[in-house]
Amino acid sequence: MKGTNLGEFEEIVLLTIAALMEEAYSVAICDEIERVTERKVKLSVVHAVLNRLDEKGYVKSHLGEPTKERGGRRKRFFTVTHAGKVALTKAKQQRDQLWSLIPDFNLKIA
Amino acid sequence: MKNKNNIPPRWADRFLEWYCKPQLLEDLQGDLYEHFERHLSSKGARKARWLYALNTLRFFKPYTVKKLNFLNQLTQFIMFKNYFKTSIRSIARNKLFSAINIFGLAVSMSVCLIMITMFVEVKNYDRFHHEAEKIFRINNTHSYLESDPSLFASTSILVGKRMKEEVPGLKAITIMSRGFNGDGLIGDKRIPISGFWADEDFFNVLSFELYRGDPATALKAPYSIVLTEETANKFFGEADPMGKTITVAEHEYQVTGLVKNPPFNSHMDFQSLVSFSTFEIENEDNRGFLSWQNMWSNYVYFRLDDQTDIADIENRLNAIAADENSESKQVNIQLAAQPITKIMLGPSNTSNQLGPSIGREVIWVFAGLAFVVILSAGFNYTNLSIARSLRRAKEVGVRKVVGAQRKQVFTQFIVEACLISLASLIMAYFIFFLIRPMFLNLNPEIQSTLRLEHEPIVLVYFIAFALLVGFFAGFLPSLFLSKLKAIQVLKSASGPKAFSKINLRKALIVIQFTLSLMFIISASISHRQFKYALNFNLGFDTENVLNIDLQNNDPQLTKAMFEQIPEVTDIAKSSHILSIGSRWANQVKSDDGLDSASVYYSSIDHRYIPLMKHRLLAGSNFPEKNSVEVEESMIVNEQFIKHFKLGSPEEAIGESLKFGRERLTIVGVVENFHYATLDSEIECFAFRHKPQEARMLSLKISSNDLLSTRKKIEEAWAGFDEVHDFKGYFYKDGLERAYEQFSVTYTLVGFLAFLTICIASLGLLGMGVYTAETRLKEISIRKVLGATEGSLITLLSRGFMLLLLLATAIAVPATYYLFDELILADQANRANIGLLELSLGVIIIFGIGFLTIGSQTWKAARSNPALTLRNE
Repeated sequence: MKGTNLGEFEEIVLLTIAALMEEAYSVAICDEIERVTERKVKLSVVHAVLNRLDEKGYVKSHLGEPTKERGGRRKRFFTVTHAGKVALTKAKQQRDQLWSLIPDFNLKIA
Repeated sequence: MKNKNNIPPRWADRFLEWYCKPQLLEDLQGDLYEHFERHLSSKGARKARWLYALNTLRFFKPYTVKKLNFLNQLTQFIMFKNYFKTSIRSIARNKLFSAINIFGLAVSMSVCLIMITMFVEVKNYDRFHHEAEKIFRINNTHSYLESDPSLFASTSILVGKRMKEEVPGLKAITIMSRGFNGDGLIGDKRIPISGFWADEDFFNVLSFELYRGDPATALKAPYSIVLTEETANKFFGEADPMGKTITVAEHEYQVTGLVKNPPFNSHMDFQSLVSFSTFEIENEDNRGFLSWQNMWSNYVYFRLDDQTDIADIENRLNAIAADENSESKQVNIQLAAQPITKIMLGPSNTSNQLGPSIGREVIWVFAGLAFVVILSAGFNYTNLSIARSLRRAKEVGVRKVVGAQRKQVFTQFIVEACLISLASLIMAYFIFFLIRPMFLNLNPEIQSTLRLEHEPIVLVYFIAFALLVGFFAGFLPSLFLSKLKAIQVLKSASGPKAFSKINLRKALIVIQFTLSLMFIISASISHRQFKYALNFNLGFDTENVLNIDLQNNDPQLTKAMFEQIPEVTDIAKSSHILSIGSRWANQVKSDDGLDSASVYYSSIDHRYIPLMKHRLLAGSNFPEKNSVEVEESMIVNEQFIKHFKLGSPEEAIGESLKFGRERLTIVGVVENFHYATLDSEIECFAFRHKPQEARMLSLKISSNDLLSTRKKIEEAWAGFDEVHDFKGYFYKDGLERAYEQFSVTYTLVGFLAFLTICIASLGLLGMGVYTAETRLKEISIRKVLGATEGSLITLLSRGFMLLLLLATAIAVPATYYLFDELILADQANRANIGLLELSLGVIIIFGIGFLTIGSQTWKAARSNPALTLRNE
């Protein structure tokens, strides 16, 4: 998890941001992760991860237009940066490489 | 439908806004709001609001919290230096006011320092035991029939035995008993020794340091004894005591261990420990030894296992108590486990303690009194500062114009107050050392439980305390000064009326003097009660009677020895000295067995009644005998024959009743007298004729020089008994000690009264000076127009005198009620609260008030108006 490596949850968040494209803001990210992974995700945890990703330079954020539903408060939208994309690709490559080393994989327990 | 419940809780929002970084706040709050609205429809308003609050807490994380701004801090720091400087200047400029404040605070703080030290010391009692919080003592609550239950530190041996067998989850249980004492013999050396019986688990429960011997076995074998360092030195000097024997009451005890002297902060103190198995052997024939109701001198301590909860043990104890109580209809005993660290702070009505203890009530009362004193000094500061605020208003105005925020002005004045209180602390610290010996000498019990020596950590408490006092004393003036509007203060040359805060100041003065008055009156009432108790006609004569503890010497031989002294005109023997606190009682039953009562008694010889000048109403004194083999007679008091309905004193003579196991015939009736302290009523009492069981001698002395006679008696004792120190006192001194509570109260309260009066008067002086100063021009003009000095003094002091009058009107009835209904209510014999006690305080307060205010107004009235008015 140290340095530029992606943690498991960080990776999920990053992927979700990429998947949501224009609609990626904290509550939506949170909902999407809950929907896909079927696990309870705390908003505060997502926030902390977003903040960390921001620090690492994997995401960028900008404030949107004020809407009625949030008591007039603006949303902060996230987009994946180039560095973020590189990190995601790298993580995928590492996994693929490991997968390719397993010759005969099935879900049956030996 | 804009309902209050449909929006997030305001306080949670505020909290978020307070801690969150501004750049994150909007987004975060928005998210929370979105969630809130979602929860509102799905889970209801209550739950949603609760979740919102919870989430604001969840977001409290390092990355969301505002970083302290360095620049901001720097300016704060620089400003702090400035506050410090202006404070010092202002303190130096107003020398009189600073002196009044510092002195008043210092005096009252010193009392609080004693209080803090005492509290820390009491809290640290028994903490030296390893894992002290796991050690508990069994306390008994004993109630007989319908009477009020009383609390005892002692319990029955049976409880300890049953716990050892039945209760799981305990590391160790130890049973102890007090009452091992006698004269220890080695060779021909005879030294008195005392201690506890304790079983082999003693050192597993309590961490007294056994530096020689095996803790597991030292107290196992019968007739083993463990000595403290001090006792070992007394008996053996430099020689090694291990394995040697000491003979006590014809038994040889082998020394199996040496233990360090119990530390000062241990609630129990002992010279030696003797194996409990010895005690069991000696009580083989005693049928009641293991009885549930034999709970007067045995103690059980236990240590919890790591996993056990004390509640489980308490359930077990309740079960044991319920089981045992089912056997007796009259006596009900409840068991409770008291943590060893709370023994010193336990309820003060616990009887049978192993050593002196300070009850929590005493601590609270003392803390309350100390608080009142510091409150009074704090009021002085508040009062004088507000009065002087007129002069500081311009300064505040300028500061505000330059850009100071309200918060900063507030801080400035708080800093000033804290500086004053810290300066007072330094002075208080010296006073603390001055009054400490006085406090410790108040009574011997305080002396044996407290030392008031403090560890370095206590100094930190002192400083924290001083800062706290500074903050509270400075709070109101700071709040008030920081509220001033720059334009207002700078525009009007003379201060606007709005901030004179007259009413607050008046209220504070009234409170101060009410408290001072209450203190003075309380002190004089307790003084009177003390004198009353001492001079009370007890119903017998205590004049020139010297009571001497026989300390196991033969009564007849000792008496013969003292008879040689010519000044001793008469000698009587008795089992214990009456009227000074200790009481012995036994059950007495009438023949039909229907009427029974607990009767207090004393065993005496034939000389006792004539020597003490008890008045015989009927019958005769005991016959002259030095030893009574078969006890058959008793002399009772009036209450006794009244209770058992024996008719007139003459008719009662010859009646016989069952007294414990004996059958005793009434041979005489004495007039009622006070055998107990004055707080209890006179109940049934009987004198028994058992001169051979005497433990005290009472010597009637006829001499012009009592002290030299006493010295003679002491010398005679020293020649007669070389082992024991002379223990004798005049009856009067014994009584004085019995009523020590009153003397301690009045010295303590008297001292505090003195302090509060000093402080309040200082405050009054300050106010007087201030008023005279501000109204100097007015006075001069009045004088020019023809006012007399007398009328001016009346004009200036009338306001203050009215305040004092108001204070009197509150304090006098309040104190009267306090003593009449609460403090003295359970005293059976008490002095009336007289006009003198009530008015004395009032006179003192008015005298002082008049002096301080009068002197200042007089000075102002006398001043030459030309000097004040010419430079207008």
